[in-house]
Amino acid sequence: MKNIFLGVAALFGVANFAVAADGNVSSHIRILAASCAACHGHDGNSVGGTPVLAGLDPNYFIAQMQAFRDGSRGATVMQHHAKGLTPEETDLLAKYFAAQPRKTPATPMPLGDLM
Amino acid sequence: MQRRDFLKLLAAGSALGLFPELAKAGEAQGRVVIVGGGYAGATTAKYLRLWGGSALEIILVEKNTTFVSCPMSNLVLGGSKRIGELTFNYSGLDAYGIKRLHEMVTGIDPERRKIMVESGDELTYDRLVLAPGVDFLWDKLPMLALPEAQERIPHAWKAGPQTVNLRKQLEAMPDGGVFAISIPLAPYRCPPGPYERASQVAYYLKQHKPKSKVLVLDANPEIVSKKGLFTKAWADLYPGMIEYRPNSAVTEVDVQRRIAKTEFEAVKADVLNVIPPQSAGGIAKSIGAANVNERWCEVDFLTYESKRVPNVHILGDSVSAALPKSAHIATSQAKVCASAIAALLSGQATDPQPVFANTCYSYVTDKLAMHVANVYRYDAVKQVMLPAEGGGVSDKPSEMEGNYAQWWAKNIWSDVLS
Ligand code: HEC
Repeated sequence: MKNIFLGVAALFGVANFAVAADGNVSSHIRILAASCAACHGHDGNSVGGTPVLAGLDPNYFIAQMQAFRDGSRGATVMQHHAKGLTPEETDLLAKYFAAQPRKTPATPMPLGDLM
Repeated sequence: MQRRDFLKLLAAGSALGLFPELAKAGEAQGRVVIVGGGYAGATTAKYLRLWGGSALEIILVEKNTTFVSCPMSNLVLGGSKRIGELTFNYSGLDAYGIKRLHEMVTGIDPERRKIMVESGDELTYDRLVLAPGVDFLWDKLPMLALPEAQERIPHAWKAGPQTVNLRKQLEAMPDGGVFAISIPLAPYRCPPGPYERASQVAYYLKQHKPKSKVLVLDANPEIVSKKGLFTKAWADLYPGMIEYRPNSAVTEVDVQRRIAKTEFEAVKADVLNVIPPQSAGGIAKSIGAANVNERWCEVDFLTYESKRVPNVHILGDSVSAALPKSAHIATSQAKVCASAIAALLSGQATDPQPVFANTCYSYVTDKLAMHVANVYRYDAVKQVMLPAEGGGVSDKPSEMEGNYAQWWAKNIWSDVLS
């Protein structure tokens, strides 16, 4: 059985993934926002430990990014990210994350925990 | 179902228009084959579905059935993680309708746009994504080319059995022994990784074998990443234990006696860890895509398409770039690439100026970590990704960052594998 494709069931059962669900999001912002996922989770739904960005008030978001930039909010790492973005990108990211529904993200189970 | 029947079914599916039927106007169509299921490859598969829609056929070809994370694997050497905590399967990708083929790729025919796998079958593609990670240049250290030699002198630079092997050797090492690590000239996978490893080994030895030494033989003229932070952490946490020697490329190894030779000296170790010089994965080299010093692949940073081989995109550690070869970068490149392929296969425009974030955390004990973080921005004149203003490193290692680094891992695993 080693030689058959896995994930075959999914072939016919592919859930319908809508492309660019939000037509207003440019690929630029989509890619940039997705690079925050390493710490903040997919679409800002953190699995824990870091702040959830999904559904955050856009004004609050922008104020925090400004505070990271000017140092008025102390941070471990966000100053390095906030300073690298343009004001326009920050505004669009605020809108993007505000529009993401909050949900519980899926997490893969480490095999060590199963064994 | 037998594999052959399944391949027939795949062919029939396309011929009958099974996939196009699902496609709406402006949706991407065609077949994308991804070779390599590490951080870059798995991310590409998932995000192609999210951004390319239901009609796209996405096939991930990866010889291993499990994903073992290199990030965090140095903690296995320090003793605060088990390899099983870093090991996952790929079943989380099934929900995205990604077909997986766990086989070795034996060849690529870019003219006919097809790949060959070990069992002899062939798969055609509209776009091919190669994310093969690094290969080790054993011709530079031929005495380590055989698997038996690598058992005795592990590299542990691909997480898995090699990591466990190195941990076992440390456990068996006598107190008062010498652990020597050899670091190749940059670029190599994970710039701060070797120095994090030296710290993790020292962390273990300090508790269990405090008379022992850690000898760092670095081919580079100085510590490649987080230099000030590592230098201070070693002096503060492991005084007298870690000895650092720059410009010390290992050119020869006596496998049996565990002796590493540099231009200046021969070093006898009780546990010897040689991280070999690296290049793009062999499969990328085999089609002539590794055109930079015959080692790394030049790509278009808007699409990650090879500058040499059309319709073939290259991601992650194999890419020649001013970008660090990190897991976070691999996923960010994958997202640019997935977005671009979705656009190309649906006749839309790609992002003309991609921007993304990168962070690498390193642990100097089981709990203390520090970061280097940068935003990278496409430079339209130079046509490369360059660090934006404002990036930098931690002031000092901290428990708070040690905690954040654990959550970084959990978040990136969730993003990549589910
Ligand atoms: C390396 C991990 C990491 C990355 C990457 C990262 N963040 Fe953060 N983020 C954090 C941490 C940790 C905090 C808490 C403040 C701190 O210690 O830096 C935070 C806090 C924030 C906050 C404040 C949230 C609140 O509720 O107060 C915002 C907004 C934010 N990040 C946005 C972003 C955006 C946008 C990106 C991508 C461009 C991003 N972050 C990338 C780790 C990260």
